Amino acid sequence: MAEPTQDDPGPIISAEALAKTYRVVQKKEGIGNAVRGLFRRSYREVHAVDGVTFRIEPGEMVAFLGPNGAGKTTTLKMLSGLVYPTSGQARVLGYVPSDRTDAFRRQFALVMGQKNQLWWDLPAGDSFQLHKEIYGIPDEGFRRTLGELTELLNVEKLTRQAVRELSLGERMKMELIAALLHQPRVLLLDEPTIGLDVVAQVAIQKCLRDYHERRKVTILLTSHYMRDVEALCERVLVINHGKLVYDGSLDHLADRFGNVKLVKIEFADGRVPEGMDRFGEVARQAGAEVHLKVDPARVGEMLGAILDQYTVADISVEDPPLEQVMARVFQEEAPAATSP
Amino acid sequence: MIPVECPSLPPQGILGRLRKYARVFRVSLIERMTYRADFLVSTFLRFLPMLTTILLWQAVFAGAKEYSGATDLSGFTFNEMIVYLLMVNISRLFSSMPGLAGGIARDIRDGSLKKYLLQPIDMVDYLLAYRVAHKSAYIIASFVPYAVLFFLCRGFFAGHVPTDPITWLAYAASLVLAFLIGFFFEACVGMVGFWFLEVTSILYIVMTLNFFVSGHMFPLDLLPPFWANFLRALPFQYLAYFPAVVFLEKVQGAELGWSLVQGAAWALVFALLSRWLYRIGLKRYSAFGG
Repeated sequence: MAEPTQDDPGPIISAEALAKTYRVVQKKEGIGNAVRGLFRRSYREVHAVDGVTFRIEPGEMVAFLGPNGAGKTTTLKMLSGLVYPTSGQARVLGYVPSDRTDAFRRQFALVMGQKNQLWWDLPAGDSFQLHKEIYGIPDEGFRRTLGELTELLNVEKLTRQAVRELSLGERMKMELIAALLHQPRVLLLDEPTIGLDVVAQVAIQKCLRDYHERRKVTILLTSHYMRDVEALCERVLVINHGKLVYDGSLDHLADRFGNVKLVKIEFADGRVPEGMDRFGEVARQAGAEVHLKVDPARVGEMLGAILDQYTVADISVEDPPLEQVMARVFQEEAPAATSP
Repeated sequence: MIPVECPSLPPQGILGRLRKYARVFRVSLIERMTYRADFLVSTFLRFLPMLTTILLWQAVFAGAKEYSGATDLSGFTFNEMIVYLLMVNISRLFSSMPGLAGGIARDIRDGSLKKYLLQPIDMVDYLLAYRVAHKSAYIIASFVPYAVLFFLCRGFFAGHVPTDPITWLAYAASLVLAFLIGFFFEACVGMVGFWFLEVTSILYIVMTLNFFVSGHMFPLDLLPPFWANFLRALPFQYLAYFPAVVFLEKVQGAELGWSLVQGAAWALVFALLSRWLYRIGLKRYSAFGG
């Protein structure tokens, strides 16, 4: 790791060959084996995270992508100090997270979409008060931040209502507010929009974007909603089978893995002519419209031929949706990490 | 990057730390008030067994008198016995910790433990503040039902209400010890959840034994001297027996002082043990799961 200097404070989050291996008990079927299992257990080693290296600079907003079980959450847990790495080292804000010093914990927050930290039977406002004392937030700053966040998320009127009576979207907004009250410098988000409707998703995205711009907080988020990623992050880290398979810009990801263009054609005579598959793979065909997956190098030649032979009402060339790109990335068998 | 102490937040002094737990106390108190009706009903139902207990001991004493002409059992007259059994309820009001051990084990199992690891707050201190709040709410709310019960039983108390202020002071101290020992002992039991996923059966055994060895069922003096002395040397007597016999002025003078010191030592032992178990438990938790 490079020595930090006055001008260049160095990365705010760094992972060096970070690895986590779990030992899981293997249970065999049948009573006999169950009894034997009481005395002798067989274990299987699971390499949840297998030597991941990356650095995140202060103020970056990075998406952390990968299929279920790829090691995203385990990595976030190591970065937040919940889990000790088996090998390698994590540093966040200059601290070793698993030391769990108060100084470190007062400067970061982890929000998990599937867990809640608010008191179920109490209004969120009471939980906020509790956070204020736990983190020692001064009155003035507390009022300002709380006002700012409730306005941003449009929930001013809901802070006095018991949390159990809030909708999932409202609850998630409250969770986010609770996590941001102490103005963390590093924010880790694990599936912050899971299970939310589009309106709530957009509200959360907007809040994160505004907050990021205003406070220059460093954010690392995982999500299965590509909309979140497209709306928020320029840089993505892709992890699969515990290894980092991509670290770079979102645009470049589409070029590298989504090596295909989507050509949408609407024919003027109201129907799709026969034999479209000679131009490319037919992804969809309905009425007068056809969607073709085409090798980017062949797009020009293919468009020429189509326009030559048919009367076209409308035509467009697009990058495939990010979901499709990701599906391709996930299917690849963990190649070596690349840093463009 | 060199570690930086939070620029946005002022450093927390001792006062700040105390305020943090004072807030936990307040928030928990408000939460507790959510279930008022449930509380009243359950408190009154708890007193029903008291009636059968009184009838049972009446029969025991009558039998003893007929058999040997004795009017007391190991130094307890019938009235003292009833006062003892009533006062044991007060001891338990302070020392019982419903849901503490089970709650810790559940937090470990379902991952709620995370919040104590992510936030600058200590789990044991947090639970202590929470429990003080719950107990305060419970004790305040119990005042009316207990006043009714004690009024109905006032006949048994004739001549057994202490007049010496020292006794009252010692009684108050014994109730504080009952609370502290009860809290830290159950916290230790809850920490077992770091090693075993399921603690319900362990809890059941501990609670059943506790009912007996704490003197909740009957005064420890009724046992053969060896066992009575043995159980009095254990910390569990402080959960029920000790406060009640202090109230009845059966322990006095130097013995009373020494017993209080011993109780404080037990509270300290369990406080340290629970922290130590928490520390090594967390190491295991962070290494294996999280």
